[in-house]
Amino acid sequence: MRSFTYERAASPAEAVAAVARAEGARFIAGGTNLLDLMKLEIETPAHLVDVNGLAFDKTEATADGGLRVGALVRNTDLAADQRVRRDYPLLSRALLAGASGQLRNKATTAGNLLQRTRCPYFYDTNQPCNKRQPGSGCSAIGGFSRNHAILGTSDACIATHPSDMAVAMRALDATVETLRADGRTRSIPIAEFHRLPGDSPQIDTTLLPGELITAVTLPKPVGGTQIYRKVRDRASYAFAVISVGAIVQRDGSGRVALGGVAHKPWRVEAAETALPRGAKAAAALLLAGANPTPQNAFKLPLIERTLGAVLSEARG
Amino acid sequence: MPDHAAMSDVSMVVNGQTRKLSLDVRTTLLDALREHLHLTGTKKGCDHGQCGACTVIVEGQRINSCLTLAVMHEGDNVTTIEGLGTPATLHPMQAAFVKHDGYQCGYCTPGQICSAVAVLDEIKAGVPSHVSADLLAPPTLTAMELRERMSGNICRCAAYPNIIDAISEVAGRKA
Repeated sequence: MRSFTYERAASPAEAVAAVARAEGARFIAGGTNLLDLMKLEIETPAHLVDVNGLAFDKTEATADGGLRVGALVRNTDLAADQRVRRDYPLLSRALLAGASGQLRNKATTAGNLLQRTRCPYFYDTNQPCNKRQPGSGCSAIGGFSRNHAILGTSDACIATHPSDMAVAMRALDATVETLRADGRTRSIPIAEFHRLPGDSPQIDTTLLPGELITAVTLPKPVGGTQIYRKVRDRASYAFAVISVGAIVQRDGSGRVALGGVAHKPWRVEAAETALPRGAKAAAALLLAGANPTPQNAFKLPLIERTLGAVLSEARG
Repeated sequence: MPDHAAMSDVSMVVNGQTRKLSLDVRTTLLDALREHLHLTGTKKGCDHGQCGACTVIVEGQRINSCLTLAVMHEGDNVTTIEGLGTPATLHPMQAAFVKHDGYQCGYCTPGQICSAVAVLDEIKAGVPSHVSADLLAPPTLTAMELRERMSGNICRCAAYPNIIDAISEVAGRKA
């Protein structure tokens, strides 16, 4: 690990000022992804600002009947929150499908959104990777691409976003709240938070440099039957090959977001109008424009079948 | 980037004793425990949060000690395998692992035992898991629940059935 300096921030204003002040500074919260990448020297921050002491560790009801989840709420605590289990079961299920008990105890809500891809070429510093080293090329294109993206890809990158939680947040229409060094705050709809790789796959999100996530807000509950179905190579403790997060109402209408298929959680609102007509119709719209590799083309029928299973389960 | 190692002081309560350390800030909690406090019961397996051999209990919760910096634990209570029991007075989970032969080479065992002790607390606290059929009901103490909750602890010798027997016995005794 490269050397770095370290400080603990005592207030949000102090945290954003500290990161703005130091070249190459980063926030650290749970650290489960950042420290892993620092050991491999994929991430090389010169300064770490520890935000664990900030008061972002609570989940509170909002005035309009939703929930405001503090950026530092741990994945275990969010999944176990009675209000989340009752009103946003899709979120509990997605969180519990991810990582291990040890990691969920440390990983935070904001950090989960900011996870970096688990593309093996991103992790292998001997291989070209446009996300790790812009302009060096993509080893996954033409390489081992079974787990890679089939939607929203570019000539520069076919990595997927690894989060389960983000897929649920996307289906639930969450909003990411942030604070900047100049004191300004903003609310970013989750749909606009993660970006597609385009020609700059090194940038995962629309956060500005030094911008701090303070909370993730969920709108008031939408009810319905909520199901998160994760298809993976092991029964536990593995990233998704694909995942389907669905909210299905009694009249057959609903919402669907997919994981393991793109650089961001994949949701096509227009496809949801086809949900009452079944998985085949909805999947055709969800997967329109897919550009799989020969190794991951199996994800297309896998998604349609998994969505079919989810819709059958929702109908009871 | 600093061209030399940055140092920092940190004070933690490890197995009930206050320990003050002056560390290179890069030092993980795992390396602080093993290399600086010489508590070598906690093992380094993958050093990337994938195997669970480094599992310790911090502020009552199990975590991977390899994926956290020691300086991030100022004032925290840390329990390692040495703090759970001693050879003369084994923790019930240690005794159950011995009785049920919950290991072969033993390398993953301290992590398995720390994880198992915390798993039973998580179930008691009502934390659901991926295999809990009903999110709103208290979790049950089935083998399937224990296997899912222990999936972050890899055993290369594959002593899994005996590990589940050991945890089940302690869970039953508690219930």
